[in-house]
Amino acid sequence: MRNVACTIAGSKSPAVRINRRRSTQLGTMMLPAVGLLTGCMLFTRPPADIDYARTRSSASGVYHATIHPDGDSIPQGRLQRWTLHLETADGTPVDRARIEVGGGMPQHGHGLPTRPRVTRPLGAGNHLVEGLKFNMGGWWVVTFRVESAAGTDSLVFNVKL
Amino acid sequence: MNRSRPLRQRHLFLSLLGLLTFLASSGAAVRGRSASTDRWSEQERALLRSLTLSSLGPLPADPSNRYADDSLAARLGRRLFFDERLSSTGTVSCASCHMPDRQFQDDRALAHGVGLTSRRTMPIAGTAYSPWQFWDGRADSQWAQALGPLESAVEHGGDRTQYLHLIASDYRREYELIFGRLPRLDGLPAHAGPVADSVRAVAWRRIAPVRQEDITRVYANIGKAIAAYERRLGFAPSRFDQYVAAELAGERPTAASAFSADEEAGLRLFIGKARCANCHNGALLTDNSFHNTGVGLPGVALPPDRGRATGVRQALASEFACTGRYSDAGPDDCAELRFATVDGEELVRAYKTPSLRNVAERAPYMHAGQIATLEDVVDHYSRAPEAPAGHSELQPLRLTTMERSQLVAFLRTLSGPLVGPLAPPAGR
Ligand code: HEC
Ligand code: HEC
Ligand SMILES: [Cu+2]
Repeated sequence: MRNVACTIAGSKSPAVRINRRRSTQLGTMMLPAVGLLTGCMLFTRPPADIDYARTRSSASGVYHATIHPDGDSIPQGRLQRWTLHLETADGTPVDRARIEVGGGMPQHGHGLPTRPRVTRPLGAGNHLVEGLKFNMGGWWVVTFRVESAAGTDSLVFNVKL
Repeated sequence: MNRSRPLRQRHLFLSLLGLLTFLASSGAAVRGRSASTDRWSEQERALLRSLTLSSLGPLPADPSNRYADDSLAARLGRRLFFDERLSSTGTVSCASCHMPDRQFQDDRALAHGVGLTSRRTMPIAGTAYSPWQFWDGRADSQWAQALGPLESAVEHGGDRTQYLHLIASDYRREYELIFGRLPRLDGLPAHAGPVADSVRAVAWRRIAPVRQEDITRVYANIGKAIAAYERRLGFAPSRFDQYVAAELAGERPTAASAFSADEEAGLRLFIGKARCANCHNGALLTDNSFHNTGVGLPGVALPPDRGRATGVRQALASEFACTGRYSDAGPDDCAELRFATVDGEELVRAYKTPSLRNVAERAPYMHAGQIATLEDVVDHYSRAPEAPAGHSELQPLRLTTMERSQLVAFLRTLSGPLVGPLAPPAGR
């Protein structure tokens, strides 16, 4: 009963529209996450099987990447620097790449509060990501769209606060 | 459609609730220590702790103001904050709108200075924790913020040479002890500055650029002294903080910390179903970010207000920004500005999430005082109306009458004393 009411309200909600718009910007990788969302799932618990691993493969398998936040737990409401370690599927570090950072809270239908960027390559496949901030508790996604000689592909990391 | 069903459900719900409260209270009496672990899950307890003052970290440094923690600067700033001569009429000080015995605000929907402003006066305590000042965050530090109203035609209405002359005649010793020598005054008009008033603006343009810069540096230092004062204004624990402290320690509630059943239910709604803590999070109950919450246009005709969409551009363009020549920050210190979101629909009519500390003590609410009471605020969240422009982030909560009054009861527990040098300085 509650479900039905929720879905109807949710499907018309601007939050969902915003989310869709964002998802196209972020590339197709957000779509699986967004696709899971019925109106009712907005603001509810994240799906039980979210993978919060810090090492992931990109959508089409071109890259293999690891995020290194400052510490074990990610602080809320403070700007952060991360290191993104990037390799091709065969383990070659990727130094020269164009990387776009994006993300948001799928359940809340909003993007990141700031505009993080990869500010410089650190060598050995590492890239400095600056300007990340998570202003709410809950499930976030952080996406990287990577363009290099190896190809263009997207990475999605789930982050829990 | 089926009217009797919700009603019957409600009866069932109420009697269930009655039973539960009975069980809970009798259980609490018997079990004592374990009561709070029953009431709040591990996750909820962590969230509750994060909302209390005990989770408030140390004051963040302000690298753009090297005088921020200088006690002489704070003392001078305190005097300036209360000095009505810092205005075109000699009648308006910061404290005219930010009244210390009124939570540093003025109980009005729209502030009155020399003229009428188009926003509501914001309380000041705790704002040193915020990377952005004003409802739209158009200043990126407290000192940059202070320099806005001083030159605004509707607030203090003053100008830069006027303030320089006042510092030279009445505050020279204090000023020079902190900031070094004042610039020469010879040949400077009594009134000049880059303000709306054309006479004073023309007079300003006639001043040589190097002297303009010297004058502006004094002006910036006025802001830095005021900021050093404002940084010292904070919050002491509220009943909410005491309640959580007792719950987490597994102690029996005392008269100071006990919550009524309604207050406790309100808190549960706040962190749960009503999702208030999504945005009103952390020890100051704000995420220091900007959201469109569908607050309506004020009843009086005002210029269009696009909130953060305009504010962020003003912050970036400000001569008093963290990255500007009057800032003491190094190139790596201005990350908030560097990585600020500057465009997108989400910024339209987005406003800074206000702290909810002492919120019951300072109606009316919202950026232009659009909502008169806490009851009406909660009603707004329950209905979640469409925004007049942009998109509201809210979803209708459809709270029952009882839930709404529980939320209001909880909001009233967030009141506590202010701390810091609240009163005007002695000897005035
Ligand atoms: C005429 C009334 C008035 C006067 C005088 C005034 N203010 Fe304000 N203050 C306001 C209003 C209105 C706002 C919100 C304005 C906006 O967002 O556009 C505000 C906002 C602020 C904020 C932002 C708080 C936050 O949470 O972002 C601070 C800090 C502040 N004022 C300090 C000062 C200081 C310092 C002075 C004196 C130099 C001063 N004000 C003079 C009315 C006034
Ligand atoms: C999406 C973020 C968000 C959520 C969720 C949210 N708020 Fe707010 N709240 C804000 C913002 C932003 C404002 C200021 C809006 C404005 O002035 O236009 C505000 C203003 C308020 C105010 C007025 C405070 C003042 O000083 O004017 C109160 C009270 C309040 N919220 C309580 C609540 C309660 C209770 C809930 C849960 C039912 C809630 N909020 C949920 C962001 C949020
Ligand atoms: Cu969110």
